[in-house]
Amino acid sequence: MEGLVTSSVLALTAVGLSLVFGVMRVVNVAHGEFFMLGAVSAWFVTQAIPGPPWVSFSVALAVCPLIVAGLAAAADRMILARLNYDPEATILATIGLLYVFQQAALSFFGPDARAVTAPFSLRLQFPWFGYSGYKLFVILAAVLILSAVWWLMQRTKAGLVMRATQMDRTTAQAFGINVNRVYSSVFALGAGLAAVAAVLIVPISQAYYLMGGEPLLLAFTVVIIGGLGSLRGTLLAALLIGLSDGIVSMFFSPTLAKIIATLLVAMVLVVRPQGLFGAKA
Amino acid sequence: MIGHDRKIWALHLGLVGVLLALHWVLPIYHHTNLARIMVLAVFAMGYNIAFGYTGLLSLGHALLFAAGMYGAGLSTHLFGWSALPALGAGLLVGVVMAAVVGALALRTKGVSFMIVTLMFAQAGYLCVLYFGSITGGDEGIVIAPASRILAGLDLSAETPRYLVAWALFGAGLLGNLALVRAPFGRVMIGMRENEDRSQLLGYDPYRTKLVVTLVSGLYAGVAGAAFALMFGYVGASFATIQYSILPMLWVLLGGAGVVLGPFIGALLMFYLIDISSSYTTANLATIGFALLAVVLFAPRGILGAVRERWLPWLP
Repeated sequence: MEGLVTSSVLALTAVGLSLVFGVMRVVNVAHGEFFMLGAVSAWFVTQAIPGPPWVSFSVALAVCPLIVAGLAAAADRMILARLNYDPEATILATIGLLYVFQQAALSFFGPDARAVTAPFSLRLQFPWFGYSGYKLFVILAAVLILSAVWWLMQRTKAGLVMRATQMDRTTAQAFGINVNRVYSSVFALGAGLAAVAAVLIVPISQAYYLMGGEPLLLAFTVVIIGGLGSLRGTLLAALLIGLSDGIVSMFFSPTLAKIIATLLVAMVLVVRPQGLFGAKA
Repeated sequence: MIGHDRKIWALHLGLVGVLLALHWVLPIYHHTNLARIMVLAVFAMGYNIAFGYTGLLSLGHALLFAAGMYGAGLSTHLFGWSALPALGAGLLVGVVMAAVVGALALRTKGVSFMIVTLMFAQAGYLCVLYFGSITGGDEGIVIAPASRILAGLDLSAETPRYLVAWALFGAGLLGNLALVRAPFGRVMIGMRENEDRSQLLGYDPYRTKLVVTLVSGLYAGVAGAAFALMFGYVGASFATIQYSILPMLWVLLGGAGVVLGPFIGALLMFYLIDISSSYTTANLATIGFALLAVVLFAPRGILGAVRERWLPWLP
């Protein structure tokens, strides 16, 4: 159960990262900060809106990803587009963004971790164990959103345009696709997915200005193991890592587990740069 | 570049000379700062040799810096070594770490190389925390004053500290200059500009890059060790991603692929943060905005632009 919650949040975050890398060839180091901004803005929204928790939380779930997506689109227009999406320069630029966002959160939100109350505290009680209803809701919501993303990519014109841009930017442009707009929307979509994941998880964990590092590394791990730019691989890897995370940390201390995982991922990149599930480079 | 030998040596020796002269001129606050900047500039020179000249964009140089730092710090702390062997230990650990990481990471290229080096550095940072009982973890270790005496010079005192930093900087700078002007330096630049063509000419890219990584590890290791001994503290914060980003920022700001770039970048960035922190505590944003500004508006850095416009002979 815990593992499935981790997997769902991880899948949302990693699919965002994977989309951005797949379509734009941009390694977004600031992705974890979009996650953090989602959580932090959720705290602000739930504080600002009166009424029962489920009302303010629903508003946060709807509004925060949009705020973050808007921010991402602006960052894309103002910075990434000017760099012509050069892979190395964009990495440096997103590192710069990472610091700016982190500082913004530190200045306006403060150095403390703050909790957001869950929208409901339903517990499904079975004779010998209970499930938190909210965690079930997180899993369900993640599945729904991921299905929506899949539908968007595979069944709509917008998805077709994105996939065309992914395959061949120049040809897509020659067919009259506004590549720059596609890039902006993909970057916004990726950041929005990270923000959704953060809003969903924030009642379980807490909002904290340095919380972006962990999901960033995990999402990298997932994307690399799943194969850079492959959505199906990303989902499989998120499931695998989310579930194994709980099991591994039963046997090892969390730090040691992280060391081993990090080294393993590095070795995967060295030995099989296309990822474990990736078909070709 | 031929025929500019005298100008080149005069410029670089001149800078080293000016820095020595500043020892008697500077007020105490800037005196300490400059000692710090010179050691950090040695670290950045190591980064510049890998990134600026050979095109190896590493995001994990904190690992090499921290390796030197802990190599020196732990050998004084655990075995009670004095400063000179500790400095040697730091240098050696830096080179060995560079060899291990380089042997693996250099099998990848471009974005993969960046991520692999980032991952290795992160694993190194986590190791420092995991072995907290030895390394002191987040709190770090304070190096005993007795271990901070380098061949009779007490590094906790202002004067010897500055002079040792200056000597290290001078040796690093002139070594760097000699390296990039040697035939091997041309091969390095060849790898950066066009790896396939260099390979066709008979230069082994993997071997060249491995040697470069070792030299880079030597610079980073010795800088880390010297920093630990001079300021008497070793801590996990020096192994964080931030210390991989900073040398990159210094090099980019000063000018990648210019010998003097790392020093100019480190100097400017240090005082930028120093001055801005009297107005705001938002130091992270200063770093972030500086990085964005350099990437957007000055991709060649300050000295890169100077070389392009006025001084084409700048090595």
